[in-house]
This record gives sequence, C-alpha cells and structure tokens, in this order.
Amino acid sequence: MYDMKELYEAFSVQEAIELRLAHPEAQIIAGGSDVLVQMREGKRAGKELISIYLIDELRGVSLDENEAIRIGSLTSFSHITRDPIIQKYINVLGEAVDLVGGPQIRNIGTIGGNTCNGVTSADSASTLHAWEAIIELTGPSGKRLVPIKDFYIKASTVDIREGEIQTAILIPKESYENTWGSYSKYAMRNAMDIATTGCSVNVRLSPDKQTFDRVRIAYGVAGPVPMRAPSAEALIQGKALTIENAEAFSLEVLKDINPRDSWRAPKAFRQHIAVEMAKRCLIEATKRCGGVIN
Amino acid sequence: MKDQYRLIEFNLNGKDVACMVDCRASLTDMLRNDFRLTSVKKGCEVGECGACNVIIDGECYNSCIYLAVWVRGKHVRTLEGLMGPNGELSDIQQAFIDETAVQCGFCTPGFIMSAVEILESGKLYTRDELRKLLSGHLCRCTGYENILNAVEKTMKKRLGITE
Repeated sequence: MYDMKELYEAFSVQEAIELRLAHPEAQIIAGGSDVLVQMREGKRAGKELISIYLIDELRGVSLDENEAIRIGSLTSFSHITRDPIIQKYINVLGEAVDLVGGPQIRNIGTIGGNTCNGVTSADSASTLHAWEAIIELTGPSGKRLVPIKDFYIKASTVDIREGEIQTAILIPKESYENTWGSYSKYAMRNAMDIATTGCSVNVRLSPDKQTFDRVRIAYGVAGPVPMRAPSAEALIQGKALTIENAEAFSLEVLKDINPRDSWRAPKAFRQHIAVEMAKRCLIEATKRCGGVIN
Repeated sequence: MKDQYRLIEFNLNGKDVACMVDCRASLTDMLRNDFRLTSVKKGCEVGECGACNVIIDGECYNSCIYLAVWVRGKHVRTLEGLMGPNGELSDIQQAFIDETAVQCGFCTPGFIMSAVEILESGKLYTRDELRKLLSGHLCRCTGYENILNAVEKTMKKRLGITE
C-alpha cells in the first residue's frame, strides 16, 4: 500500500485539467517511477495524487502539420527507442532514453515525467536541450508552448502553471533536418544507475561536409538543471573538421558548465569527463553526418 | 478517502477477472493479497530489483511501482500463467533447473517473466543483448552466468538453432 491521501484518476486531458483546478495541491503522477518511489521513501507520503497514466491520447510519436516531431508526453522510453520516426530523424534521443534504468523502468518511465520532475540527471533532458525541444502544456485556456530551456526554472521546478499538464514534446523541423547527434552517459554501472554526467551533441555540416555549420551541445549534471554550452557552440561554428578544433571545442565547455561536488563524483572529475565526452560525442556525431575529422 | 475501493476488470493469466481493490495498492499488493499469486515477490519495492516483474499487455513491468488500478482492461501475466494444463513446467522454467540458474529462487519468477518477453519476440539476440535485456534484475546467488545460459539455450532451442 502506498501512503497516499487520495487518488484522482483522469482518463482524458480535459479531466486532468479539471482535476488540476479542483485539487491544486495534488501531485501529478504519470508512470510513477519517481513519484511512487519517493512516496515509498516518505518524501511525498500523505499527498493527493492525480493519475494521468491512463490518458492514451498522450501516447505515441507523429509528425505534425509543420513536420515537427511530436512526442506525446506519456510515450514510454522503450516506445521512443523503437519508434520509426525517432529512428529516422532523431535517433540519438532513442539511444539516450535506452540508457535509463533497466528494461522494466524503460517500459513505465515516460518522457513527460522525465522532464516534468525537473532533475538535471534525466537522460532525455540533455538531448532535448541540445535539439531545442518545445514543451507543449495544455491548461484551462488552451495550449501553451515553452522552449525547453525556459521550462526548467531551477532544480526540481519547472514551468507548469495552474490547471496545466504537459501534453507533448515537439522537435521543430529546422532543428532536426540534416542533423545527427550522439549521447554519452557516464555512470558507475551499465544499468539501473543515474548519470554522473550526461552529454548530448548534435552536428549539421556544411553541404560540402568540410566545416561545422551548426553544433549544439547540452549536459545533464553539469549544473542544477540541464544546460547548453554556448561558448563551445560559438567557438566551433564555421570551423573546419580538424581534431584541433574538436579539442578546442571540448575545452571551451568549461567556460559554460558548473558541476558540483556530490557523493557520486567530485567537481574536478565531472569537469574532466565533461571535456572528454564533448570531444567523443562531437567526433561520433560528425561521423554520423558523413564527415571526417582529420 | 472517498471511493477508496474501486472495481477493476482485467485479464489475469488468460482469465477475465474483477476485483474491488484499494486504490492505494500496488499491483504487487493486489496480485499477492487478492489473487494469492505469490510468485510475484516483494523485494526492494522501489523498482530496482525486478523480483515483482510481471507482463502487462506484452511488456515487462515492476509491479511494485505500478498502481493496481492501472491494470483496468489490460492483460496481466505472472509466472503462474506459464503452467501447462497438467501442471507441467514451461521450457524456460525447466532450463533454469537444468542450468542451475536457481539458488535461493527469490529473483527467479521475475527473471523468467523477462525471459518470456524475450523469447516471445522470436528474435535471436547476442549474449550482450541478452545481458542488457535482463539487466533490470538483481540476483545475489548465481552470478548471472547460469541465468544467461538458460535464457540463451531456450532462445536457440525455440528458434531451432543447434550448437
């Protein structure tokens, strides 16, 4: 038995909004792999829950009328990894979420829950930042779109307002077209572990494949919320595909990131692996674009 | 709490069932307490050890972090559902015995249900892929090798591959 005060169940987005307005103090629960664990630990014990897990309209991946990739917020990690649209246009997201927990966790864990809990270590979050995802929230006055960097306010706090639930994550066409990415997770174990640091890089090359047209990089656990490394991105834009440029890019990330000492790893170690991850991910993403770094 | 007990209907090991369940119950609680399906073990109860693993609509879930009310209209399978009409063991259960993949046995039902999902995919996996597919389970006795052997042998046998 879970120590919950009340369980309200929503079967449609409309019902969820009504329940959110009626019970503003209640915690939203999607797959529950964070909420139920925290309730068991006592952290969220005695709370009211609004279950949105059975809202099937929030599942699945599609291309919308603007050819943006639309990922329903309740789509599980395993379904994202196996989805043909994800595999074709943003395979790195499928690879990143395939490193969450273990197989059973990837069946219950949802991408909406992974972003709404606002933690920096979420395996999907760095890739969604690096691809400039748009968060779709639906509330009493309709839909609201928020760029993911503005969605994260501070650790464990995201921009979900009164009566709202997150209904989708969108990746615009401009963001994914001709772009390839690579994700790296550093953790103590290969399964059932939380990232010490995660790094996601994506690259678009010039048409002749000689220079970096656009490089975007984002980290998890390099600060209180997932973050981009804008100095490093600016440094490499328009540069030639050389190993010297890749190394300069990876060292530049230290100007942007701000990891901390924790029981998982000290700051100096996180900085060290962040540099190495940036370089490896850049090289791999470039390779996937058909470029060769000399 | 108002309407603490809710009527849910679902399919359990091939049979349609209905149950008035406490909405605070995990699926583990309901399967063990209301249906006496004790193959579903209470291990860590926070979704880490895999001892409570069951198959819901063809996919594996840790039933300890799954609300019982969520199985409305779904198909749930536990280890008990593998039993043959005259109480026979399934091939994967026999393989666990033959390969000494069982010692204390606490993790075994969970492992076997993950193995069932793997085997029913009809795919041939490498040893490394199997290791990843089984990585949501902890076993403190066997060191995993014999479990991997049992799953790999059954997979190859079902696919008609002889070594």
